[in-house]
Amino acid sequence: MDRIRNPKDFWAGVLFILVGIAAIAIGSRYNLGTAARMGPGYFPRILGILLIVLGAILAFRSLRLQGAPIPAFKWRPTIIVLGSVVVFGLLVTKLGMAISAVILITLSSAASSEFRPKEALISGVLLAALAVGVFVIGLKLQVPIWPTFFQG
Amino acid sequence: MELLSHLALGFSVALTPINLFYALIGSLLGTLIGVLPGIGPVATIAMLLPTTYALQPVSALIMLAGIYYGAQYGGSTTSILINMPGETSSAVTCLDGHQMALKGEAGAALATAALASFFAGCVATVFIAAVSVPLSELALKFGPAEYFSLMVLGLIGAVVLAHGSLVKAIAMIVLGLLLGIVGTDVNSGVARFDFGIPELTDGIGVVSVAMGLFGFAEIITNLESQEKRERLSSRVKGLWITKEQFKAAWPAVLRGTGLGSFLGLLPGGGAMLASFASYAVEKKVAKDPSQFGKGAIQGVAGPESANNAGAQTSFIPLLTLGIPENAVMAMMVGAMTIHNIQPGPQVMTNNPGLFWGLIASMWIGNLMLVVLNLPLIGIWIKLLTVPYRILYPAILMFCAIGVYTINNASFDVSQTAFFGLLGVVFVKLECEPAPLLLGFVLGPMMEENLRRAMLLSRGDPTVFVTRPLSAVMLIAAVLLVLLIALPNIRRKREEAFQEET
Repeated sequence: MDRIRNPKDFWAGVLFILVGIAAIAIGSRYNLGTAARMGPGYFPRILGILLIVLGAILAFRSLRLQGAPIPAFKWRPTIIVLGSVVVFGLLVTKLGMAISAVILITLSSAASSEFRPKEALISGVLLAALAVGVFVIGLKLQVPIWPTFFQG
Repeated sequence: MELLSHLALGFSVALTPINLFYALIGSLLGTLIGVLPGIGPVATIAMLLPTTYALQPVSALIMLAGIYYGAQYGGSTTSILINMPGETSSAVTCLDGHQMALKGEAGAALATAALASFFAGCVATVFIAAVSVPLSELALKFGPAEYFSLMVLGLIGAVVLAHGSLVKAIAMIVLGLLLGIVGTDVNSGVARFDFGIPELTDGIGVVSVAMGLFGFAEIITNLESQEKRERLSSRVKGLWITKEQFKAAWPAVLRGTGLGSFLGLLPGGGAMLASFASYAVEKKVAKDPSQFGKGAIQGVAGPESANNAGAQTSFIPLLTLGIPENAVMAMMVGAMTIHNIQPGPQVMTNNPGLFWGLIASMWIGNLMLVVLNLPLIGIWIKLLTVPYRILYPAILMFCAIGVYTINNASFDVSQTAFFGLLGVVFVKLECEPAPLLLGFVLGPMMEENLRRAMLLSRGDPTVFVTRPLSAVMLIAAVLLVLLIALPNIRRKREEAFQEET
């Protein structure tokens, strides 16, 4: 086997092939139908095949054409940013907008290399007040401001 | 004189106080996110979609449209003052705009950009009004086969805009189509690719996809690179242009407007393509091309008028054919769907007030932008001094609230985070997210038209090439692929994208 010369293309190709295979595998449960009367499985099947073909072209070509390496994955910002958003989504129903927003801002600020806890907390409180003002009071979105268990 | 009565109807809608208000909000927000690097119109529209539920559809669309063309105004400010594109479409403005700023002509550069944009906006508004009627009449003749082929052409056209590998971009489209059909199949009632998750039977929300791929991924990549921003290089004094500068700039504005209006029409076109093309043209026709890159005013006037014209005329295929040609238009499809409007030629006939009101609002929005922006420029500059470490958590918060309030569902927030992760992977693998978003929005429509066309032809796939209009569009799509694949043009295209960085 040749060496992988273009890792970006190679792994993108692998990703497309895997998704294509998954689409066909999961899609095989749906009725295929005929060309004239397509069932729910027909279009996904076409797309799955296309993805595999395109992925294969990419992967094979990456053995011949030179390309830049994949830049290193930095986990810290990824996990902190996405994690704090997920945490917000889970908390906001129970804790209300105000507290959840402060938590989101403070947590996510830690993703930056210039993190300053005090500053993050202050901007969290200010932005949470802004968010409550704009979204709950101004736009009247149906989100509780304060923890729901206070109101019982 | 039909045109005038249409525009009159449009202005009667757009000039109501409530719609004026939303045009203003949209334009201002657009300028704001245009000025701020690190957040673009796609993520912003995704963020604001949920808040438009309560609005009249026309007010919602007016506001969202304002974000797109407002961003073209704002983007140039950042390009000129700190040599960093606020938006990709104003990347070329950095080249000469920032040089002008270094020579102490920042005010002239900003004024040129604003006035050029305004002129282009006016022309493009009339252009949209003129072209829309015949185009939507044509579109009404389309059957499912034509629609399917048109979507193929539209999606392939979108690939022209993607960086790098053509194969990758097409694969991203297919991936998008696949994501688009997740959820309950309208014909059979079967829930497809729902992984047993009840929330997925309604399909994946366009807001989650767009916000994750464009908003979150961008923030994470910015944090990874930890680039220090350039300090403001100059003070802005005197927002005025001299007679000589005006003389030098106006032919470029005319060319840029024409080019931008035309390129905005093409599938895959829009603000970004228009500005790059205009810069190349200006460099070609200039008497002294060596001035370019050293503060040539034409290098600001041309692209800035082109990107604004392109931003506006890219609404034409959406409003008349129902085909979004770039990622922002894909978000507009999402907005229209939320308000139960099926984009396409029937919008003009069924909903003329909305159609012409939206178009008229573009002119009004442009007027507001030019009047407000020049005096407000001090505020925008102040905003640029806010450090990123404070800015990005705020963006995140607005995103998270936006996506949560669609259904008040924690699931939507987690789903968006998943697409954020996917977006980061795509960045690492150099896969452009824009074709995916287009495919995602078009997925269900494409399947439906494929089904109908094949049902009508009794399963004969040649229907796509035997019907002349459909055949023409498919041939155009194939030609596009060949054009991009040919080595000579490919090299040119790569050069064009390289200028961006």
